[in-house]
Parts: sequence; structure tokens; C-alpha cells
Amino acid sequence: MLTKQQIAQRIAQELQDKWYVNLGIGIPTLVANYIPEGIDVEFQSENGLLGMGPFPIEGTEDADMINAGKQTVTILEGGSLFDSAMSFAMIRGQHVQLTVLGAMEVAQNGDIANWKIPGRMVKGMGGAMDLVASADNIIVAMMHTNKRGESKILKECSLPLTGVGCVKKIVTNLAVLDVRDNSFYLLERAPGVSVEEIQQATEGSLIVEGEIPEMQF
Amino acid sequence: MINKVVKNVEEALDGVASGMEFMLGGFGLCGIPENCISELVKREVSDLTCISNNAGVDDFGLGQLLQKHQIKKMISSYVGENDEFERQMLSGELEVDLIPQGTLAERCRATGAGIPAFFTPAGYGTEVAEGKETRDFNGKMHVLEHAFNPEFAFVKAWKGDTAGNLIFKGTARNFNPMMAMAGKITVAEVEELVEVGELDPNQIHTPGIFVQRIFQGKDYEKRIEQRTVTPKS
Repeated sequence: MLTKQQIAQRIAQELQDKWYVNLGIGIPTLVANYIPEGIDVEFQSENGLLGMGPFPIEGTEDADMINAGKQTVTILEGGSLFDSAMSFAMIRGQHVQLTVLGAMEVAQNGDIANWKIPGRMVKGMGGAMDLVASADNIIVAMMHTNKRGESKILKECSLPLTGVGCVKKIVTNLAVLDVRDNSFYLLERAPGVSVEEIQQATEGSLIVEGEIPEMQF
Repeated sequence: MINKVVKNVEEALDGVASGMEFMLGGFGLCGIPENCISELVKREVSDLTCISNNAGVDDFGLGQLLQKHQIKKMISSYVGENDEFERQMLSGELEVDLIPQGTLAERCRATGAGIPAFFTPAGYGTEVAEGKETRDFNGKMHVLEHAFNPEFAFVKAWKGDTAGNLIFKGTARNFNPMMAMAGKITVAEVEELVEVGELDPNQIHTPGIFVQRIFQGKDYEKRIEQRTVTPKS
């Protein structure tokens, strides 16, 4: 079973040279720590920053330089700053090649729910609805099951949707899945996790074709 | 040059009244009009509709207006950092319109740009699109979203000149430029107010035409919401 760091590390393998990438809050943020060698990517933060760098050295943090999670960050040489309308023009206009975000539920038709639990959690969708509606390439980073052991990889989402038919790939603590043809296709297993364990943790239709390799790190 | 300077925040908020619709710049606590918010708290205006990406934290930013029950309706994209907000929303005391962040930014921009409505793919198939016109463009579904109509917009800039030209710093720009365009009366508070000629016209983010009142702000706290650092090695 993968740790959150390993989920991020596996997603980082999907990065391609010269991509602009938007990372959501939580596990997705960690992807920035595992950029493969020889690959140049730039991180876009939807509050108005391209070329986002690491956290500032203690004592140099600046209240006017934060990421979308409201954390103090830095800007790299060659980075740029802009307003929120231009930021979402980059996103809606598909100038950002990859979006990585978390989810509470994903359905086999690509629907995603990650912003609201009716009557309980009211936080808002932030930029997630704009991101999932427009991005060509979305990878979801999530735990395969919830704290009660129930599957979050579903036939249909039960929570209010963030977007419809938009998720193409999922990396969980158990597996890498492709989402197409109204099914989840099992591509890779986490080290030491069996196909049967993944099947048990998956409520949606899971397609297993041939030998399923273990993830390589 | 047309002079936009007002003496202080009291003069800048002349005409503000209960029941009005306001826009307030900022993302989280970054780039919020601190002086204007404090003055709104002091004036005890109520039944306000506030359009702002976030709602502050419990004791700072728009949280101060929420604590005093001055806000009737919030229009935001994300309000996760504010317990009092969540309590008021779940109990039904506070009306809340949660909308996608890019849609919020574009609705602000549209307001100031004379565009009454536009189509966006964001929110199609979700509860955000309920009751709204939808349309297929190039095989993809879109939702019709409308401009706002705020009486006042309150924005915060790093530097401004007496003609109302504004320059923002870092990610404190965020929603401020679009909201500056959108107010019937736009009030800009700045960390540093300078004479005309001192700002390079090539570097102006918001031209003074959009700003009706500008004043030198004071006592900026610029609170950091999530202080994340790399330890000194």
C-alpha cells in the first residue's frame, strides 16, 4: 500500500517535458517534490502565479506571495504574476497541460465529487469546477477507500458533483486506474497489493486484462 | 490629471449604507482591503451582500463582519477557513452562493467590461448549473453566467498615484483588478500613495479610470494564513 508521498511520486512519473501543471491542495502538492530528472515543468497556482517554487527559507516569507492553499511560497526566476481572470483564462483556455487534484469520490463514467458533503461540510469548490471542466488531462490522487473501508471508486457518485465525465486517470494507495468506456481499467498494482484486494476495494466496474504489473519507483 | 484622493477611510466610504452589494478584493487574507473592512465594522452597516473569493478567518478580514452579523449574503468560491461562516451557513442565518472561482473572476471582469453574461463550461452537470441556461458549443456543454451589479468595490493595491493608477504586488493582485473595474464606486486603499509621474505607465496594472476614490492606508497587518517555510540549513 502506498503512502501519500508515494502516490505523489507515482503521479510525478506522468509529467512530461515542457508541461504547465496545476496541483491541487493535499497529496497533489507533494508531486512537486518528485519531478523526474531531465524534465522541465512549470507549476501554475490559480491565485495568480506561474513558476511556483518551494516554501521560502525561514525568515523570508512574504504575506504577498502565497499559493492556492494560502501557504507562503516562492516564485522561481522566469515566473510570472497575474490576476484571477487571467489565471482562469489559462485554465479554461487549455494552456495548462495537466491538472492533479484530490477527490472524495470518482465514478466509472469519469464523474468526480470533491467539494461538498450536504449538511456537514461546506467549504466551496474553489477553482476545482473550472479545472475539471476544462482540463484535457486530469489525474486524481486519492485513497482507494474511506476511513470506514468503503470504496471511493464507484459506479455512481453519491455526493454533489464537481464535474461530469472528466477524470481520465486515478492513482490511489492501491492502484493506477484508467477511466474509460464507463469502466476502471487496472493498469498497475501498489507493491505487495494483489488484484483481488483491489477488486474488493473497488465498487465500480473494474476491468483486469492480463498480468497486472507492480508500480516501479 | 483627475485627482481621486480622499483624506482617509471615513471619506472613502462616504455613501455606504445597509443593504448594499459590495465587492471586496483578496484571496484568503492576501490582498484584502483591511482598512475598508475595519471601517465597515465600525459603521455597523448591515444586511450586506459581499462578493469576495473567501470570507476571511474567524477574527480577521470578512470574518470580522460575520462575527457582528453584518453580512446577509456571501458570494464566494471557497470559505473553508472560517468556522463562524460554516456555523451561520448551516443554521440558515447566512445566505450563501458558492460559485466556481474562475466563474467568479470572469463575472467580476464582465461586470466592469460591459458584458452582461457569458458561457463557461465550469459547473455543467453540477448543482451550480441548476436553473441556468445551458448550451452546446463545439460539442461541449456550457452554462450561462451573469455579471454582478455592486454599489461599491473595495480593493487593496501596493502602490497607487493621485490619479488612481494602481500597481499590485505578488499574489496580492488576485481579484483586485477585476473588482476595481466593476464598482459603481471603486475605493482603492494603497500601502504607498505617490504623486502622478512617480509610477512608470508601462507598469500600471489598473488604470485610474476605474478608480473613483484612493487613499493612503495605514496599520497593515497582512496576516499570513499558512506560514510554510523551508528550515535554514
